[in-house]
Amino acid sequence: MKPFTRLRETPSQTAGPYVHIGLIPAQAGLDIFGQSLGDRLAGPEARGERIRIEGRVLDGAGTPCTDVLIELWQANAAGKYDHPADRQERPLDPHLHGWGRTGTDFRTGVWAFETVKPGSVTGRRGRPMAPHVSLYLASRGMNIGLSTRMYFPDEAEANAEDAVLNLVGPLRETLIARQESRDGLPTYVFDIHLQGPQETVFFDI
Amino acid sequence: MTPYEFIQRDRDQHPPALTPDYKSTVLRSPRRPLWSLDTSLSEVTGPRFGHDALGPLDHDLILNYAQGGEPIGERTIVHGWVLDEHGRGLPHTLIEVWQANAGGRYRHVNDTYLAPIDPNFGGCGRVMTDEDGHYTFRTVKPGAYPFRNRVNSWRPAHIHFSLFGSGLAQRLITQMYFEGDPLIPHDQILGTIPDPAARSRLVAALDFDFAVPLDSLAYRFDIVLRGRRQTVFENKLQGA
Ligand SMILES: [Fe+3]
Repeated sequence: MKPFTRLRETPSQTAGPYVHIGLIPAQAGLDIFGQSLGDRLAGPEARGERIRIEGRVLDGAGTPCTDVLIELWQANAAGKYDHPADRQERPLDPHLHGWGRTGTDFRTGVWAFETVKPGSVTGRRGRPMAPHVSLYLASRGMNIGLSTRMYFPDEAEANAEDAVLNLVGPLRETLIARQESRDGLPTYVFDIHLQGPQETVFFDI
Repeated sequence: MTPYEFIQRDRDQHPPALTPDYKSTVLRSPRRPLWSLDTSLSEVTGPRFGHDALGPLDHDLILNYAQGGEPIGERTIVHGWVLDEHGRGLPHTLIEVWQANAGGRYRHVNDTYLAPIDPNFGGCGRVMTDEDGHYTFRTVKPGAYPFRNRVNSWRPAHIHFSLFGSGLAQRLITQMYFEGDPLIPHDQILGTIPDPAARSRLVAALDFDFAVPLDSLAYRFDIVLRGRRQTVFENKLQGA
């Protein structure tokens, strides 16, 4: 039998200013791989309401950060993740992988994803979680990646019952996007504040 | 109850968000403590990648951007095991790497360092671990480079690593250093990690067993991702 082992997790280090080279090479001006990862979040035939999610990442001085990697992970419109640990009896959507990655724009600091709105996934103790997407941020000046969630403003009823939103109490507003419309496409605007009075809630997951 | 929960992250192994010696953290570090989340399906799941996502040269940085010649620099093999905290190898795990060329310059629109671009070197690669959790890639050893922090701040030679385990909670981005580099004790980025033992685990050891005679040196870098909790008594405790 294998002796008892307990290893320590490898320490994190900043992704640095050149994270694009490795993870989003096209943004670094590098054409190298046949297939870049993260551009098939939701295919054109994915089921559900098509939406755009966009925002900025603002530092402690209120300045948009122009070099941040953002990754998004979400369930499909039926509220199921494309992953074997999700054993909910709900349909997978062959056109929705549910994961995307992008970088904030070098000039404007805006990041954006086009996808479909996720459904509600069952959470702990069988209670439904309000629809949300999980976000992961990494960049220069971040020693370890930051995890947060974005919720939808047009899900007030579900949001009122959501265990995570209720956990953070008055800070819940930092996790709920603002709704706008861009050329008829429902758009959710989610600015992530790294510091200050509007500091976004980040999670130890 | 959530299947496949992870052992909680031991934050003592990691740098804190705010480390003023690395000045860029001052405006980019959240000031409120992180909120501990009871793990849900949103965190135990995550993207999966098949071997078919990668091209045949993705793990060979000597050849994957070569334009009729090969990059300048010390030919170097980097290999190791990706394990979980229980010491189990993690198969089919995606590793993405990026680095400067032998002169310390990145092929990146925002890198304006004096050292020249190498026409045959892209500086990024990807590899999946095999059934045992082992990975290997080939590159040239990156050069040290200065960065704006103190008047004289130099990064030791390093390779950036990004890893996905099987769930979002295992996501890890880090850097690997090379044994014996005199810049290591002076680096304000490695210095963000408070525990010297934790820092030393980012320094890859010279490994002659993996070197190719008259061709390439080798370094070994093992990586540990979070393990899953044992769940034998889960149902009883949670009463779900
Ligand atoms: Fe670097």
